[in-house]
Amino acid sequence: MGKQMSGAQALVESLVNEGVSAIFGLPGGANMPIYDALYQHPTIKHYLVRNEQGAAFMAEGYARSTGKVGVAMATSGPGATNLITGIADAYMDSIPLICITGQVPTHSLGTDAFQEADVRGITMPIVKHSYLIGAAEDVPLTIREAFHIAHTGRPGPVVIDIPKDAQIDEIDYEYPPRMSLRGYQPPLEADAQRIDEAARHIADAERPVLYIGGGAVASECRDELLQLAERLHSPVVCSLMAKGIFPEAHPLALGMPGMHGSAYANFALNGADLLLAVGTRFDDRVTGKISEFAKLACIIHIDVDPAELGKVVQTHVKIAADAKAAIKQLLATVKPKNPGEWLQQIDEWKTRHPLKRKKTDRRIGPDFILQRINEVTKGEAIVTTDVGQHQMWAAQYIACKYPRHFLTSGGLGAMGFGFPAAMGAKVAWPEKSVVCVSGDGSFQMNIQELNTGVNNKLAVVVAILNNGFLGMVRQWQGLFFDRRYSAVDLSDNPEFVKIAEAYGAKGRVVETEKDVVPALEEALAEQNVPTILDFRTEPEADVFPMIPSGQTVREIMFDDAS
Amino acid sequence: MAENNGKTQALRHTISVMVENRPGVLARVSGLFARRGFNIESLAVSRTEDPTASRMTIVVGGSDKVLSQINDQLYKLIDVIKVYDHTNDRIIERELGLIKVSATAESRPHIMQISSIFRASIVDVSEETMTIEITGSEEKLDSFQSLVESYGILEFVRTGKIALVRGPKIT
Repeated sequence: MGKQMSGAQALVESLVNEGVSAIFGLPGGANMPIYDALYQHPTIKHYLVRNEQGAAFMAEGYARSTGKVGVAMATSGPGATNLITGIADAYMDSIPLICITGQVPTHSLGTDAFQEADVRGITMPIVKHSYLIGAAEDVPLTIREAFHIAHTGRPGPVVIDIPKDAQIDEIDYEYPPRMSLRGYQPPLEADAQRIDEAARHIADAERPVLYIGGGAVASECRDELLQLAERLHSPVVCSLMAKGIFPEAHPLALGMPGMHGSAYANFALNGADLLLAVGTRFDDRVTGKISEFAKLACIIHIDVDPAELGKVVQTHVKIAADAKAAIKQLLATVKPKNPGEWLQQIDEWKTRHPLKRKKTDRRIGPDFILQRINEVTKGEAIVTTDVGQHQMWAAQYIACKYPRHFLTSGGLGAMGFGFPAAMGAKVAWPEKSVVCVSGDGSFQMNIQELNTGVNNKLAVVVAILNNGFLGMVRQWQGLFFDRRYSAVDLSDNPEFVKIAEAYGAKGRVVETEKDVVPALEEALAEQNVPTILDFRTEPEADVFPMIPSGQTVREIMFDDAS
Repeated sequence: MAENNGKTQALRHTISVMVENRPGVLARVSGLFARRGFNIESLAVSRTEDPTASRMTIVVGGSDKVLSQINDQLYKLIDVIKVYDHTNDRIIERELGLIKVSATAESRPHIMQISSIFRASIVDVSEETMTIEITGSEEKLDSFQSLVESYGILEFVRTGKIALVRGPKIT
């Protein structure tokens, strides 16, 4: 016999059983019994946000920086719909996230009751799985299954919608020791024949490239990857989602490929005769025109999600497996290769087209700020970004040593992600420096979470690259719409420092290069509240290199410096 | 059907999908088809020998590549237990149709004659109408439909195809 308790208490106990120690959320009518169960809970700390979107992104920041499941909580109707952007974001980037939403009582379902929204229906296209709990007794097994589903295989968001009566009803609580999910068997080891086939292609290759994606981060294969790259003397390109899985200071590291990737990463993909793609989904921002992408290469694709194999590009060897398991199998098979002319060619590209930009204005350059962040944090900080120009500059100029240290909304491209995600990471890693590189547009999308940061003493640094524009849209209007700047002018921005101070956070405007390092040092030394650094940067700087959407490496655009 | 330019071959496939017998499963499957642009030609859902599972028989159009994506995407749904493509199977396939046609005293014997050729049964008769039940392959139902068309079809409803593999093989 288990212990008698309410469905809400059973929910909280189940979360404890799954090792949850932090929850991000906001209460409302339909989840009050859960908040009652959380009231002064001895082991779970709840972080109250000011908008549920902040909760979803904080939970994502927690999950992305740890690999553990992040938990966000909201009430029914508007509370739940405010989570949607975060759920979609976790789905696109395969992040383990559990969203627990209150729902109107079972007997009111489908009657358009107050604050009722069909959350399971609304979220269906953007979840790995979802539950609408039918009765209190289903709570423990649902939580157990949900955690298993969220973080195994290809991770993703799971929504649990729990009607109020299922929170109130008493059950005999026992955490289920077993579960049966006969329709869910994510692959682990690779088929030995496929590994042999891959190894043969690798042995024949003269110009190999490892193309690594977020799936490698999810499977924690940093060491194996390093070993494989060094054994093959193969250059490594990492998608935005994989930044840091391969140390960026390594001579074989080519950085990010694609639209705003380094020229040499794109030249390498274009010239490769073998592409070993690991945990990556050939996103259009990487491939450009599909028919021209890596067309000289034999493509070996390892992914834990079989639906990704052959989805976008025709691949020669399809390996449905966990990235770490498959790379280990490859390591047991492939023989060392000699560094050949290929690496000389790549070094030549690196020398000819280094990542370098030309100043367009006397104000501080974005690259200057990002490089100072590298120096001041010694590459040890967790960096999050919002979305837009600053995100691409951060991808280019922030040098990562470790995985899970560069957190960004890659697939969905959700502005407003960076600041709450930084705070979620800070909750998980209180002793680490956390810097959110943001823009003046993006930061305002979740600016209200300053309150959350101050109340919970989350001393993150927000470095706003303030150019007075919705910069990436302005860039495209400049390049492709004859400079008709439509609805991108943010010159009437508020004074971010005053807003920070009004919330009880700190802030500083930085207008000259010489003030950048002192401002960063001061902000990173702050232990109690968030600090907003309002860097006034070149207003009309463009991100280069750039391969325009749907085009090829032949159309790559540089600024004069590179 | 192959298009004239021969570029795309939109073949038709019959697939069986075993799913957990739970609320929302049909929405997940049909939503997946809609979202990914897969074309459902017919869909039949029913209980099975296992009370915890349902069986969907889906006829879809698309190339082999599309079918392989459908298969992989369906497997990503946690509630999908098994997907089986019958393209290379010898299968027994059946569809049931109910068809209500205008029938005068004069035309009635003709309709009965056509029905008997197709081994269809007359299940309801009124002064102006006859309702016929017909079972068989899709093609059989199609040809029956075109033969009774001239009498005036008032209503026609079809179940969508269901299928099992011939012989002892279990799918």
